[in-house]
This record gives sequence, structure tokens and C-alpha cells, in this order.
Amino acid sequence: MSIDFKQLLDSFTLKELAQGMAVTLKHFFKPNITIQYPEERTPISPRFRGEHALRKTANGEERCVACKLCESVCPAQAIYIEIDKNSTAEKRLTRVYDIDETKCIFCGFCQEACPVEAIVMGPNFEFHGESREDLYFTKQRLLENGDRWKAELDARIEADGKYR
Amino acid sequence: MSEILQTILPIVHSFGGDLFGPMLWPLVWTVVKIMLLLAPVLLMVTYITLAERKIIGAMQVRPGPNRAGLFGILLPLADAVKLMCKETILPKHADLKVFFLAPALTLVPALMTWAVVPFSPDLIVADINVAILYIMAISSLGAYGVLMAGWASNSRYAFLGAMRSASQMISYEVSMGFTLIPVIMLTGSLSLIDVVEAQKDVWNVVPLLPMFVIYFISVVAETNRAPFDLPEAEAELVAGFITEYSAMSSGVFFMGEYANIVMVSFLGALMFLGGWLPPLEILSFIPGLIWLGIKAGFLMFVFLWLRATFPRYRYDQLMRLGWKVFLPVSLFWIFLTGLTLHLFGMA
Repeated sequence: MSIDFKQLLDSFTLKELAQGMAVTLKHFFKPNITIQYPEERTPISPRFRGEHALRKTANGEERCVACKLCESVCPAQAIYIEIDKNSTAEKRLTRVYDIDETKCIFCGFCQEACPVEAIVMGPNFEFHGESREDLYFTKQRLLENGDRWKAELDARIEADGKYR
Repeated sequence: MSEILQTILPIVHSFGGDLFGPMLWPLVWTVVKIMLLLAPVLLMVTYITLAERKIIGAMQVRPGPNRAGLFGILLPLADAVKLMCKETILPKHADLKVFFLAPALTLVPALMTWAVVPFSPDLIVADINVAILYIMAISSLGAYGVLMAGWASNSRYAFLGAMRSASQMISYEVSMGFTLIPVIMLTGSLSLIDVVEAQKDVWNVVPLLPMFVIYFISVVAETNRAPFDLPEAEAELVAGFITEYSAMSSGVFFMGEYANIVMVSFLGALMFLGGWLPPLEILSFIPGLIWLGIKAGFLMFVFLWLRATFPRYRYDQLMRLGWKVFLPVSLFWIFLTGLTLHLFGMA
């Protein structure tokens, strides 16, 4: 039977334990990396997929042309659209445009599918509802979102545009 | 320190003697001394819980609790209020008398041992000449609380946890006791004041370094702390013997555990690190109480440091370490100490 003297020495001098403790002590003196969320925030990518918004054109008309591409591409079937019966070939409009945010999985397919950049996902992730109805976004709510976040949404599309 | 005490104490005694009468005053004075001792001890116990979370947080590169008050200093208070307000759930088949006696039996011995701990040569509640023996005897009573908790809970997890905990405490008490014997041999006295005074020239940690290391690892196991927190191995035993306890009754268990940590840290500082003696003669302008605090505080820090570093031991590894490594090594060191003392004619 041979005894590994180096191993014996290492275990009796607690070498590996000391090494382990040196690692934790080193980290003890490192500045901590926690972001104190409500006061501090992490940067958000222009592609961040937050709350939905419906955009308007420069002269205040709805961009959406009721093509229903977003509705058909939506994997969670969270979008429901009805065409306005008064639509013409030149001007198609929606009567109903609902997104159920409780169903939405925030995959962003709707904004990818949209040919006129009407439905977009904004930078806002701090929204909540206290009932299902609160999170059932109607067209009015979505258009309000579009108005509220207009500057940010335009900046995001501008920033991401060159990669598309 | 002693001059101040010598001027104040007679005034206090004569005032108290007049107020309560010569019969009642010694009793009142004892209660006052207990209060004066336990208040800082319990404060340390509550704040080591915060220190634990802050230090482990810092070691994991995060700030730890920092919302309750400035840097989270009000957190122990918030914890206490929370524990008081919670409902105490009673297991249906529990033996309620024993069930409630158990937490008290873990906390009370932890606090009783403080009676003989000297904070400086004249700051001591009871200077008895068998202080170390007293500490060893009282601290081993803690195992009863654990066993009673496991038995009274009438639950498998609690019982298994109690069995593990008790066997662990008993096993490591042996090696802890053996590591203290060389110190007693060097000193020739069981009084803690004598032990500290004997370290005037060189701290016991220098000639007895292996004993100090074994002492520290043993008390980590003795107090059921990580990496030896097998009774609380939450992955397998839920929470060990505390499983069925809720609200303040489990809080008392944790207070007992932390009181034990503070206790063994102070004992380690007194036995091996020179107690209130400054490391250099030049530094003696700093009061001894502060030196003792620094040394014991460092040992408490190491407790938390260990918890942040090491994974949990397996049960058989724990037993092997206690019986097959620590026991022979400490016995051998006792022999070596005795031989050295004999050869150099110091005993």
C-alpha cells in the first residue's frame, strides 16, 4: 500500500479549503453588481418586446389596413380583428382590433408580420391589470398606447431600421 | 475600566442596599447583572442574523437586505415582529408540553454559559474556578432540546433530523472537549481568567494551531452550521428537528443556534486568541473589551464565511471526520503537549 504523501499533506493543511475560502473572500471585496430595480434600470434593446401599441400615420390616421396577417401569424391566437364594413379598396379599416395580453406570449410575430408597421411592441413592460378585462386590450387602448409611446416607438423603429 | 468600576460599584451597592434592604439587594443585584449581560448578548444574537445575510450577500456579489432602515439595520426588528405575529401551528399528535419545552431547552443553556465568560479581568458575572468544565457541561445540554423537539413533534422528518443532530452534537462535543484539554494543560487552571492571563507572552493559537483549527471545525459541527448543517438538510429532511415548529417557537430555536455561535466564538477567542489581551504591547491603549470583541467577531465572520463557501457534508463523511480524524489527532496532541511539558519540566 502506497501513501500519496502530497495528498496527505494537502488534506492535513486544509489546502483546498483555504483555496475555496480565498475565492469567496475575493468576491467579498468586489463591488456588488445588483441593479436596484425601481431606482436603477438595465438598458433595453430597441428590439425589446413589451406592451403592444397601434401606431398612426403622420396626419393622425390609423396605419392598420386590416390585412389580418398578425391575427393569422399569432401562435397564441391572442389577436382578434374585424374589418370595418365601410372599407374601400383604397382605405381598409378595422372595426375591432383586440389583443388579449393574458394569452400573448410576447413572441413579436405580429410586428414582424405587419406590412405597414402598425402593430408594434413597445419598450414598456410595467403594465398590469387586476382582472382579465384589464388585460384585454381593445383597439382604443392600443391606439392610446401608440400615442403615449410615440417618441420611443419612432426612435426604436429608426434605431432598428438599418438592420432590417 | 477597573478604576471606573471600583468607584461606581460601592455607590451602587450602598444605594441598592438602602433601597431594597440587605436581604433583598443581593438578589436584585444578581438580576441586574444578568440583564446587563443578556441585553448585549441577545443584541449580538439578533444582529448576527443580519450580518449573516449581509456577509453571504457580499460574498455572492449582491448587497443583501438593504430596504429596512439604513442598510437594512432594522431587519432583525422586522423579523422579530413577523415571527411574533405569525400563527403557531400545533401538530395534532404532538406532545405539547415537551414540544414547547424543547425550544427553551436549546436557548437557555446557550445563555447560561455566558455567566462564566469574562469580558475583562473584572467584567464577569461568576468567576468560578471550573468555568471551562461548566461551559462544557451546560453546552452539552443543548442536545436534549434537539432530541425533545424531534420526539415531541411526532413526525418522521423531525425525528430523523433530531437523531442526526443529536449524534452530531455528541460526536463533536468529544473532539471539542479534547481540543480544550491542551489549553488547560498549558494553563494549569480551569478558570477562564487564568487561561487568558497565561497567554500574556504568546497566544495559545501559536503552540496549539492544529488544536485551534480542530476546535473551530468541531464547534461549527457542534452548532449545526454549514457545511455541517445536516439536521437542516432541507433537500432531504425538510428542516430537521424544526420541521413542525412555526412562528416564534422556531424563532427561539434559531436564537439558540445563534447564541451558541456567539458563545463558541467568544470561547475560542478566550481560549486560543488571547481574550482581551492586545496582540502587541503598543496597542494596549485600546480597551480589552474591544480586543475581545474584534477577536470573537472575526470568528463569527469565519462562521458565515464557511457557510458562503462550502457545500454540505454527507452524514458518513461527517462521522468519519469526527471519530477517525479529529479524535485521534486531538488525542495525539494532548499526548504531545503532556510530553513537552514533562520534558521541559513545566508541569
